[in-house]
Amino acid sequence: METMIQIKEVTKTFIGRDNKVEALKGISLDIEKGSICGIIGMSGAGKSTLVRCLNYLEKPTSGTVLIEGRDLGGMNDAQLRRTRTEIAMIFQHFNLLMQRNVLDNVCFPLEIVGKKRKEAKKRAAELLEIVGLSEKAKAYPSQLSGGQKQRVAIARALANNPKILLCDEATSALDPTTTKSILALLKEINQKFGITIVIITHEMSVVQEICSQVAIIDEGSLVESGSVEEVFSRPKTKAAQKLVFQGERSVSLMHGKRCVRIVFQDNSSFEPVIANMVLECRTPVNILLADTKDIGGTARGQMVLQFPEDSAAAEKMIRYLKDRNLTVEELADYVE
Amino acid sequence: MWNSETILMLAENTGITLYMTLLSTLMAYVLGLPLGIALVVTAKDGLRPNAVVYKTLDVIVNIIRSVPFLILLILVIPLTRLIVGRSYGAAATVVPLVIAAAPFIARLVESSLLEVDKGVIEAAQSMGAGLGTIIVKVLLAEARTSLIVGATIALGTILGYSAMAGVVGGGGLGDIAIRYGYYRYESDIMWVTVILLVLLVQILQVIGTRISRKLDKRSR
Repeated sequence: METMIQIKEVTKTFIGRDNKVEALKGISLDIEKGSICGIIGMSGAGKSTLVRCLNYLEKPTSGTVLIEGRDLGGMNDAQLRRTRTEIAMIFQHFNLLMQRNVLDNVCFPLEIVGKKRKEAKKRAAELLEIVGLSEKAKAYPSQLSGGQKQRVAIARALANNPKILLCDEATSALDPTTTKSILALLKEINQKFGITIVIITHEMSVVQEICSQVAIIDEGSLVESGSVEEVFSRPKTKAAQKLVFQGERSVSLMHGKRCVRIVFQDNSSFEPVIANMVLECRTPVNILLADTKDIGGTARGQMVLQFPEDSAAAEKMIRYLKDRNLTVEELADYVE
Repeated sequence: MWNSETILMLAENTGITLYMTLLSTLMAYVLGLPLGIALVVTAKDGLRPNAVVYKTLDVIVNIIRSVPFLILLILVIPLTRLIVGRSYGAAATVVPLVIAAAPFIARLVESSLLEVDKGVIEAAQSMGAGLGTIIVKVLLAEARTSLIVGATIALGTILGYSAMAGVVGGGGLGDIAIRYGYYRYESDIMWVTVILLVLLVQILQVIGTRISRKLDKRSR
């Protein structure tokens, strides 16, 4: 696999009047050509700063960013601007020109590279076709819904045939259904045009939905990275676990008791494992979390079980699950 | 006293007032618009931060803005003589009007441009847009409604200033009001000029509001 973006030891320190904020503390990451890479972290983790370093909207304090081997830091203003036409970006709040209609918004990046008006309009119309908004060409952004605005932003981003598309919390302002359709569109673009996509998000579900590669950022450091499957099945660090278990904060009663997390692979979800286990061991368990997601085309389920205090019964159950080829992992303090 | 001569004089001076106001505003924008843009661009979180340039412009703008117009009118007489050749009359009034209005307009432009969403500017940068493109196609284009509202305010203010020019024999409605109302106690003529001034401001305001509303595509 070729590398599209190489991030080497990138740090970024913001110096305020009387304080220093280390937003990025030496991040190194390779993003493969044609992949969809998710960069995930809690808000304030530094992920937005990181993505802005990828097109030098934010200049790293130290370290290098290479796009197809070219160092952004070594470029002059004109070279950097030319390179930026290859690195498109979409935003949480869409950032469309409010005084231009949809078609002219898509024409804007074409004007920047000096395309003729007529050609630009033709290309913009094609792009609106791709994102399914042809009939809104003459509308103004204020007349569109959030999802439609993001579609316009995507059309605009594709205008100059970029190699990379950076998405900064692109679905965070959208409802779940619209989020799904935008993610589907991004996936389609990735497959159809081979554009490398970098997605910044705080939602694990977004990563699970379309990413192949994931990097977890916590307090300015890269704590975990790899294939989505790997990180989702076996999150090693606290930050990663927190994100994988996202949305499950209501379970406080099981503190101090023994909990395990099991991950179902491939076909194992067809067998009623838990029910069989309870029948065989004759001890009830508490299911604290269960969900199934489609990750990279295969069904992946995860479940967090709370075992009874009786350790012999618990051991037996763990053995039972391991025998069924499930990934079983003890959770020391699940609630946090 | 309400003969055709008086009416002709009022009509003529309404024309002079409009001429002074429009010409001064136009010329003040020639100076004030780039000045306002420069303030925004060189500001601390601007596109090309430059503390020295920003501070210098900021101080100059503040100094001129804090001189009362009546004083400025007299202060710049040597300069007016140099440019126009004489220190009285409508054309001569244009010089102090432009000097007084330019920094005021710079502030109006500055505040309009600062209203433009930072995210949109960032988006343009991410597309590889240069400074000129961002100024023309993002800052000025996106702020156009606010800029026109600002221009309407500027016109009203400059119209008011131009009436003050009557004190130094500047011509226009203000001159008439002072000559007839103050020196000759013909207060009815003064009242007519006041009404005419009010009408002018009203008309300019209505036109400005109409245009800005027509151009605004944000809410519909």
